[in-house]
Amino acid sequence: MTGTGSIGRRLTLLLALVAALLSVLSWSMVTGLSRQAVARTQDNVLAASATTIAETLRSEQGEVRLELPYSAFSMLGAISQDRVFYRVSAGDRVLTGYDDLPSPTGAAPGIGQVVFDTGDYSNETIRMASVTRLVLAGGQPVPVTVTVAQTRSGVSTISADLSRQAAILSVAFFLVAVGFSAIAARTSLRPLNEIAASVSRRGPSDLRPLRRDAPTELAPLMLSLNRLMGRLGQSIRRSEDFIAEAAHRIRTPLATVRAQAEIALRSVGDETEKRRLRQIIRAVDESSRSAGQLLDHATVIYRTDDLALSPVDLAELVGQTAAALEPTAAMKEIRLDVAATPARVMGDPVLLDNALRNVLDNAIKYSPEETEVSIRVTTKEDQVHITVTDEGPGLGDGPLGALTERFRRGDDTQGIVGSGLGLTIAEDVLLAHDGRLDLKNRDGGTGTCVTLVLPCS
Amino acid sequence: MRHACLALFLIILGTCAGALDIEDRQVIPGTSERVLRIVSTADLDVFEPYLMAFHDSRPEISVDYTVVSSAELHRAIRDGAEFDLALSSAMDLQFQLANDGFALGHRSEQTQALPDWARWRDLIFAFTAEPAVVVLSTERFSGLPVPATRQDLVALLRQHPDRFAGMIGTYDVRDSGLGYLFATQEARSTDAYWRLSEVMGRLDPQLYCCSGQMIDDVTSGRLALAYNVLGSYAAERLARDSGGRVQIIGMQDFVNVMLRTAIIPATAQETEAAGAMINMLASLGMRDEPGDWPLPPLNQPGGTEAVGFGPIRLGPALMVYLDPLNRRSFLGEWENALEQR
Repeated sequence: MTGTGSIGRRLTLLLALVAALLSVLSWSMVTGLSRQAVARTQDNVLAASATTIAETLRSEQGEVRLELPYSAFSMLGAISQDRVFYRVSAGDRVLTGYDDLPSPTGAAPGIGQVVFDTGDYSNETIRMASVTRLVLAGGQPVPVTVTVAQTRSGVSTISADLSRQAAILSVAFFLVAVGFSAIAARTSLRPLNEIAASVSRRGPSDLRPLRRDAPTELAPLMLSLNRLMGRLGQSIRRSEDFIAEAAHRIRTPLATVRAQAEIALRSVGDETEKRRLRQIIRAVDESSRSAGQLLDHATVIYRTDDLALSPVDLAELVGQTAAALEPTAAMKEIRLDVAATPARVMGDPVLLDNALRNVLDNAIKYSPEETEVSIRVTTKEDQVHITVTDEGPGLGDGPLGALTERFRRGDDTQGIVGSGLGLTIAEDVLLAHDGRLDLKNRDGGTGTCVTLVLPCS
Repeated sequence: MRHACLALFLIILGTCAGALDIEDRQVIPGTSERVLRIVSTADLDVFEPYLMAFHDSRPEISVDYTVVSSAELHRAIRDGAEFDLALSSAMDLQFQLANDGFALGHRSEQTQALPDWARWRDLIFAFTAEPAVVVLSTERFSGLPVPATRQDLVALLRQHPDRFAGMIGTYDVRDSGLGYLFATQEARSTDAYWRLSEVMGRLDPQLYCCSGQMIDDVTSGRLALAYNVLGSYAAERLARDSGGRVQIIGMQDFVNVMLRTAIIPATAQETEAAGAMINMLASLGMRDEPGDWPLPPLNQPGGTEAVGFGPIRLGPALMVYLDPLNRRSFLGEWENALEQR
């Protein structure tokens, strides 16, 4: 199977990528906004400070007078530990403060309007707020400008702090988003996995259409899958029908051929002719048996497709089947030793008979003359075991699992009539009944031990 | 050898400090060429234990300790006088030096341990919290109730003008940086200050430059009462030799608490040694028990907390009263109140 990567992983990755982009975006936005907000706060406090000072401006005896209010500077100290500079000048004359403090440049300030600017003073970047008022001094209005400036380290510190917090939040947000992405991807893919699981849970011959709710995106897939399975089932049925039909058609003329050969055998006296005729009868028997097993196989496949369960007493079934095979066994002087306790299972009696018959048939076929085949029905916990033991050559050293494959025969079966379908049929039946077929060489001495295991009802 | 070194130091220091109006000076010679030059407002007898403690921990460094007035200290640092450490009780002047870029930064475990109100921008560090107190002569106050608030004091002075005329001492805020700081902060915080000043002004107050002299005069009985005296000096003097002649009273309506602060001037050479000294002072400031040290720690049990007033805030508001216009107008009012001639 060639993979083009996992959809879940790809989906998670894409969602995580989106989350990462959003995290970075939100972090930069929060950082930008917080920087603006902090800067605006500083501006507001500077403006308030400058205005507070400007409000104390007055004229006394033709002189501009003012007092720096305590609050004008204490408010600056309240928000950050920044250096503070100020200057009050009337026209070109500095009344008080730092002579060399730069003035806000740019638009000429309107009277009473606060102007802000950023500049450099005393080796640091400063933010300045400036407000101008007209004061009557010496009979004419004098513009008095109050400038208050503060360094920006508090602003930078708070901004950096907020930015760091925003970064931590963004990373947390990203991690949470990745977690949710993984969950979302898994949730979206769950119907697909469920369908896959329900398909793979099915038995090897279960070709019924899938009947389950699926998201609209998966409906076409379900539809195609069901159509495919329908066609496949039809095709299998058709070929089984064909095999059954063919086997049936072959069996009838074979019986005629055998009857004619028997009659001929009785009427000819020449030994060479008789030997040939016996060979013909033998070949016909083999073909007839194969055809019979093919029919059995077709029956098993047909019936397991639509299994009809009814209570079956295995002791009774074993007795009947053994009785049916008694004549065949008698021909080789093989004794069938049946020991059964009543054991009830739910199953299809026709199929179970078919399975047991094939196993017994094998046992009789491979047993030497004048031996014993034992059949035991025992109940172990919640399972019923039908154990068929013969004194034949055993199963050889080949892999045991391979013996139940179709048309596969054991290593030491030369010269014995067989199709290789018997154990396949038996195993198919048992699997259809949730049971299994155990094959092993008999403990102590030659022979085979085949156990049919079925669950109790 | 040691004497030769000492002589050399004195020559060097003499040239450096030549322009200064020096009140006192001491050199503790060290074992190496390094000299830590300290300029301070703290009297030598108060500060000597600190110098000895520093000398014990860093014997290789010579310490040159110069005592000047707070205004002189401020002027000298502003003019670029070469000192490695400046310790002053006038926290407004110290603050202005730091604000105007005359201080170097210093950051250490000890300074980080200081509370926020005891440091500013890693430039200025407080290491003592010293309240302003009233010191009175027990003998001169016999038979009179001891005033607990400024109102009490005003009433007392009004009732007994004859007993107190010429017997009251306070800082001359024009000369003393610390006196000016106490006066401005008190004027800002309580209305009673001006009333009290008016009353004192009528009683021909004696004006002093320094706490030490006021305490001396109260001890000797020349003064009945000294107002706004540095409590730490008074306590130290009282512990030493007053023999019950002096009583220290904290006003219950409002107490100014001054922080003695240290800065490393921008001209400093021995910044490492200055930092070590600041570290020592900062950890002494954070001590829990007052111990034997002459100056109190930042957090005094039963001191500032008891009356509910924190120390004067280290912040740009301190510069308000240093503004020449504000200073002129404050001094004008103060002269009107105290010098009623």
